[in-house]
Amino acid sequence: MADVIPYNREEKSAQPPSLYPPYNSTVLRAPKQPLVILPHTLSEVTGPVYGHGRILPVDADLTKQHPGEPLGERIIVSGRVLDENGRPVPNTLVEVWQCNAAGRYIHARDQHPAPLDPNFSGAGRVVTDAEGNYKFTTIKPGAYPWRNHPNAWRPAHIHFSMFGPSFINRLVTQMYFPGDPLFAFDPIYQGIPDVKARERMVSRFDMDTTIPEWALGYKFDIVLRGRNATPMEH
Amino acid sequence: MSKTRLGQTPSQTVGPFFHFGLPYEGDSNLLVGDAQGQHIVVEGKVTDGAGEAVPDVMIEIWQANAAGKYDHPEDTQDKPVDEGFHGFGRCATDKEGIFRFQTVKPGAVPGPGNSLQAPHLVTFVFGRGMLKQLLTRIYFEDEAHNANDVVLGLVPDERRGTLIARKTNSSTYRMDIVLQGEGETVFFDY
Repeated sequence: MADVIPYNREEKSAQPPSLYPPYNSTVLRAPKQPLVILPHTLSEVTGPVYGHGRILPVDADLTKQHPGEPLGERIIVSGRVLDENGRPVPNTLVEVWQCNAAGRYIHARDQHPAPLDPNFSGAGRVVTDAEGNYKFTTIKPGAYPWRNHPNAWRPAHIHFSMFGPSFINRLVTQMYFPGDPLFAFDPIYQGIPDVKARERMVSRFDMDTTIPEWALGYKFDIVLRGRNATPMEH
Repeated sequence: MSKTRLGQTPSQTVGPFFHFGLPYEGDSNLLVGDAQGQHIVVEGKVTDGAGEAVPDVMIEIWQANAAGKYDHPEDTQDKPVDEGFHGFGRCATDKEGIFRFQTVKPGAVPGPGNSLQAPHLVTFVFGRGMLKQLLTRIYFEDEAHNANDVVLGLVPDERRGTLIARKTNSSTYRMDIVLQGEGETVFFDY
């Protein structure tokens, strides 16, 4: 069997270090030994085609998972999953999860004294189409406090998990909302070295996908690693 | 001639509250059907730099079937795909930091050049306090081919053992994952 075509490596300025002391929990969870540089083998350039069979329409509409409507600002989040060459990543699973409009997660360990919403769970899943497009409907999540440092608040965000064409493409990130004043104080957002790269995590308001008298539209494109058939190119 | 390259989307932590979004029924049991090969349990405990159990990380594994074939179009080997086994599993650690998968022992798979890689599970660790996931591998102690495995060969001798699951009974293998400190597991830059 011929050698595999490797994927591009991590873009160091765009990806966070494991150790970022302002985010306290990294201090005991980051490796101290140097990472071993791994060549990409068949094990890395293959990966799961996962979840397709179980996706239901309600998985793409987080406002329709209960008998009533959730409280909060209804939004439609859409975009494309692409690789670094701008090629669409089709038929790949996108998993999302978030807190409710009040900033509370439906999770036993979330002790924030904000109300749960009986009509909102906050988890969804969609598969990208042939052009890499995805879309889901939800409500805008709230900001919430955490205990990283005194008066610490997370900017409103939606967690995103992507598979892509290989296991090496696996990406978990967070989508933020434009103009959030909490960016400057959030060590998770600030953990990305390059200021420009941080902005790739910020969605943009989009009038074209805003539905009159129904919901605001936000666009968020996700870029996974690409590969070059000719590794000399870069 | 260089085309415009798009910048990678940065990684962010899964945080402490992924449990209602990512785990799913049967996620840690890879035996979706009548999977061929030796059925095994792969388990371990995840600990942090203070030696404390880590009860809020998620482990994902990806592996070949018993014949050494990945269920993926880029695996062009003339080996059978197993309809009862697709090779992906996910497991959130429990209160004691334990993860546990039901799976099959994978076969050997092609490696760089004409080499063969010893059976292994590609393994990601996601968690609170981890701005990006960590990549490691789980090998099996009773595989003679470990000695010739190209990837294990890249690992310093004294650390290689951290990637090798020990057999604790006839069908159970254990590999603890130490995120930091004494006995720290080898993680890869990929």
